Amino acid sequence: MKYIIKKIISMIITLVVVSLCVFLAFSIIPGDPALRMLGTEASPELIAQTRERMGLNDPFFIRYFRWFTAFLKGDMGTSYNYSVPVSGMILGKIPITLTMAVMSFLLTILISIPLGIITAKHEGGILDKVITVFNQIIMAIPPFFSGIIISFVFGMVLKVFTPGGFISYKDNFGGFIRYLIFPAVAVALPKIAMTVKMLRGSVIDEAAKDYTRTAYSRGNNTNGVLYRHVLKNALIPVITFLGMVLADMIAGSIVIEQVFSIPGISRILLTSISNRDYPVVEAIIMGIAIVVILTNLLVDIIYRIIDPRIGIEE
Amino acid sequence: MNNSSRIFKKIKKDPYLMAGLIITGIILLMIIVGLFWMPYEPTKMSASEKLQGISFKHIMGTDNMGRDVFSRVMYGSRVTLLIAIGTVTIGALAGTVIGALTGYYGGAFDEVVMRVIDALFAFPSILLALVIVSVFGTGWVQLLMSLGIAFIPSFARIVRGEVLRCRNMDYVASAKLQGVSDVRMIFVHILPNIKGVMASSILIGFNNAVLAEAGLSYLGVGSQPPYASLGKMLSDAQQYMFTTPSYCLCPGVVIVLMVLGFSFLGEGIRRWE
Repeated sequence: MKYIIKKIISMIITLVVVSLCVFLAFSIIPGDPALRMLGTEASPELIAQTRERMGLNDPFFIRYFRWFTAFLKGDMGTSYNYSVPVSGMILGKIPITLTMAVMSFLLTILISIPLGIITAKHEGGILDKVITVFNQIIMAIPPFFSGIIISFVFGMVLKVFTPGGFISYKDNFGGFIRYLIFPAVAVALPKIAMTVKMLRGSVIDEAAKDYTRTAYSRGNNTNGVLYRHVLKNALIPVITFLGMVLADMIAGSIVIEQVFSIPGISRILLTSISNRDYPVVEAIIMGIAIVVILTNLLVDIIYRIIDPRIGIEE
Repeated sequence: MNNSSRIFKKIKKDPYLMAGLIITGIILLMIIVGLFWMPYEPTKMSASEKLQGISFKHIMGTDNMGRDVFSRVMYGSRVTLLIAIGTVTIGALAGTVIGALTGYYGGAFDEVVMRVIDALFAFPSILLALVIVSVFGTGWVQLLMSLGIAFIPSFARIVRGEVLRCRNMDYVASAKLQGVSDVRMIFVHILPNIKGVMASSILIGFNNAVLAEAGLSYLGVGSQPPYASLGKMLSDAQQYMFTTPSYCLCPGVVIVLMVLGFSFLGEGIRRWE
């Protein structure tokens, strides 16, 4: 319990530091937000009034505090370009991006863990060698390139889906999931390869330890040792890695959404960057950072549950 | 048998190292030749030669504006390589200094700096790069700066961990007894001992930098048109995949080979030790 409280406190500190960095980054941008909202022909009095109303004349920390507390309450500010609340612009898109990230995460776990165990079990065998080389190649293919190839092969040649024909989850949930399978595979491929490589190494390391020999000497067969003893320990570093992978997948979906023309978070993020619609950019970046930080916390807690040794040393 | 021929024999025995050297060699050769000679001007358009397939005249075909894809790939991979080298240099130098100082001194200084590093680390690098690009605008200088900063945390963490491990070792204690200064201790005594870890993280960092650069230029925030970049070429070529697959496949395969060459080299070096 003490460990978890300590982790939560450190998470809150990280969150504050991240939000400060983001807020600082967007407040050193040259240009006056009031001027941007009103246009260049506004009278100086009006601009001064608007600045006062928007609280732009207040000191940095007061502005930061106001922005941060409002953000936590769900008020993400107003878009410069569309003059509508940012939350309304992005909330409907979150399920799309999140579903895709979760799908690729599940794919990664379902494929990489059995594959990692198989390669480790047959270490040095032909199957292991083939998978290891194949892994290295898969890791080198950026998801946006494999995405293009996947949408060409499955969309244009085999006609399993229509590239660009995204179906919203509001219209047809089955169709939505079917469309997202292809980008999810593209995001998952390099992560699967990395996880297989990592798990393989981890299992082999653990299998060389003394307790493995003890387990054998007590009459266990290979599968018994592997599943009852080795795997428990071998999975620990892999779980930390998978936590980082989940965070990476959310960010990686920014690129993949472009490849498959999915109207998720990334579309808004990129158009807002090129339109210099900073409140939107700020909100999305903060949102992703919060998801990533929460994921890390979750991983730390899971980590503690499966490996009670952690935290005792400290 | 002299030393160099023994090393050569060892390289020949390791398929990873061999494959890595060959692939990286081909890519580097293409980039170096491109510095002095390219079959066509990479930005020269030709209305009569749009979207051609592979031929003797254009060994990688032409793009939707009739530009020679091979010349553009030569130019684009040069840009990608330079940005990746720059990124890793910034990340490794700053990360090493930060990691070494925090690891060596510890205390409140370490706590504060590492909290900031952790916060940066929580940010996927592509996202951090997008923040910086949206604040400072698009272009290759911004891209280089943003990727460089995004790569600092991982190096800082690795070096800090290694310095922490070495700090309590006997050789550090005995050097301290001889009155070695802190700066000398860190840079002359401790850092050379962690160069193996550094080498493999630099190679991994290099690959990540190539992938990040390609991804960002795919999104259109890298070097701006008409200059070629591998990622931008892919995003332009995507819609012509059906009619002219060579336009899309060639830059894509070059990105893959660039990463693959270095990851094979990294794997080979890891096995060497």
